Amino acid sequence: MEILKFDDVNLTYQTPQGQTDALKDLSFSVSEGEFVALVGPSGCGKTTVLSLVSGLLFPTSGSVEVDGHRVTGPMSSVGYMLQKDNLFEWRSIFKNVMLGLEVQKKITPEMESYANGLLDKYGLKDFKKSFPPELSGGMRQRVALIRTLAFKPKLLLLDEPFSALDFQTRLSVCDDVYSIIKSEGKTALLVTHDISEAVSVADRIIVLSRRPASVKSIFEPKIDASTPFERRASPEFSHWFDTVWKEVSYDEKG
Amino acid sequence: MTKKDKQKKQRVKYSELPAARAAYLRSVRRDKVKVLSLQIAVLILFLGLWQLLASTGVIDDFITSSPIRIIKTLGTLIKQDLLKHVGITLLECIVGFVVSSALGFFIAVGLWSSKTARRVLEPYIVTLNSLPKIALGPIIIVWMGAGMKAIVTMTVLICVIVTVISVLGGFLACDEGKLLLMRSMGATRTQTFFKLILPQSLPNLISVLKINVGLAWVGTIMGEYLVSSAGLGYLIIYGGQVFKLDLVMTSTVILCVLAALMYLGVALLERHVASKR
Repeated sequence: MEILKFDDVNLTYQTPQGQTDALKDLSFSVSEGEFVALVGPSGCGKTTVLSLVSGLLFPTSGSVEVDGHRVTGPMSSVGYMLQKDNLFEWRSIFKNVMLGLEVQKKITPEMESYANGLLDKYGLKDFKKSFPPELSGGMRQRVALIRTLAFKPKLLLLDEPFSALDFQTRLSVCDDVYSIIKSEGKTALLVTHDISEAVSVADRIIVLSRRPASVKSIFEPKIDASTPFERRASPEFSHWFDTVWKEVSYDEKG
Repeated sequence: MTKKDKQKKQRVKYSELPAARAAYLRSVRRDKVKVLSLQIAVLILFLGLWQLLASTGVIDDFITSSPIRIIKTLGTLIKQDLLKHVGITLLECIVGFVVSSALGFFIAVGLWSSKTARRVLEPYIVTLNSLPKIALGPIIIVWMGAGMKAIVTMTVLICVIVTVISVLGGFLACDEGKLLLMRSMGATRTQTFFKLILPQSLPNLISVLKINVGLAWVGTIMGEYLVSSAGLGYLIIYGGQVFKLDLVMTSTVILCVLAALMYLGVALLERHVASKR
């Protein structure tokens, strides 16, 4: 079943300096349970795509549908995970995780115990009463993911969620996040400029063209490994990396 | 755990600590004692020198007064109506401080919530900020009458613009990523304000209060210079006019002590807030 559908989406930004075409006839879809990565040359409008899905921006023409409904504003079926963890320093970890539920006025004993369960399950049991500065960067990013999962979104948007971490942490957090998303059976749309990251996590990689962005090509890397880290070590990895890299950089040159 | 428990715990621990740790803690403590005793020494030295120069006639204590003369004046003033003067000034200052802090805060909230209002009012706020408020003295007296109302108005005028600018600055300095997060969760403006903007700018609010304590005193004394029949500012002006420098100095000293106490109050509030976060 399709959970996200872009249909001939065009987006033009208006600024005092003039207008910019950001997206042109962009069409693609994401099915339930899929992990899709969007890659493309820098500045091609990858984050714009996520803003459209999360209802922070609206297309000039065309339609964006989530779970069969046209996007008209932020909705609780979409969870947005940003580059930085953006945890509130004045809230305990548990309170941070509850933020989305509080805002959406959905706090019930069931939801609370679901959030508690997530924290227990993913190694944060002893940190519920701690405050963000007491946690490592990797743990904080895990909290940010659980905060996004806590209100049970059907679709997760990940905007370069690992780019603020150092390389070693990035690999292990990537493994963490991947396994959490898979074990919770969530659908995810990842935006990244890091091709190796895209190849290591995605079932499908959508390469966007230069601005105005449209779908340039789609790859389905078949790599026989269960975690992103193992994928990186597998022999097929470099083949897929090269293929995607050529597709992206060909466009960057001209 | 309450604060008392914490202190008790620390005291027990102190003797049980490893030698290196205890030595370190002791050196920290020694350092604190050293600074404090030097601070007191500076004060005593200053007062001693002042008194010495006055007693030996090097300086004319009719003009400079002296610590002993100040204490004597204090004694007579207490028997007369010092408390009334202190009470009036303190009341004016505290009312001015509270009103201007609250008013400035609410104006800042209004300006935060409407970008249009912010853009429209910006040049006016900037102009009012750079205007020396004392220039409004005559207008205030005519409008408010020559009394406490005029003095409080002066205090509020001096504090409120700075409050608005600093508080609003704190609101607007909010982290973009956190704002985006709130928006993506579908938060309303009110939710964003109470869950993000307000807690995030709490340290800034406290520092605005600290600035306001100082400014409120400026406003109150300035107001009393302009128009008053009682208060510490009145005593200072009166003392100057009749050449009673003892009275001027004594009132100034009392003013110093009151200002310091009020600042201390805000500092305590800050520590209380910090411990809650």
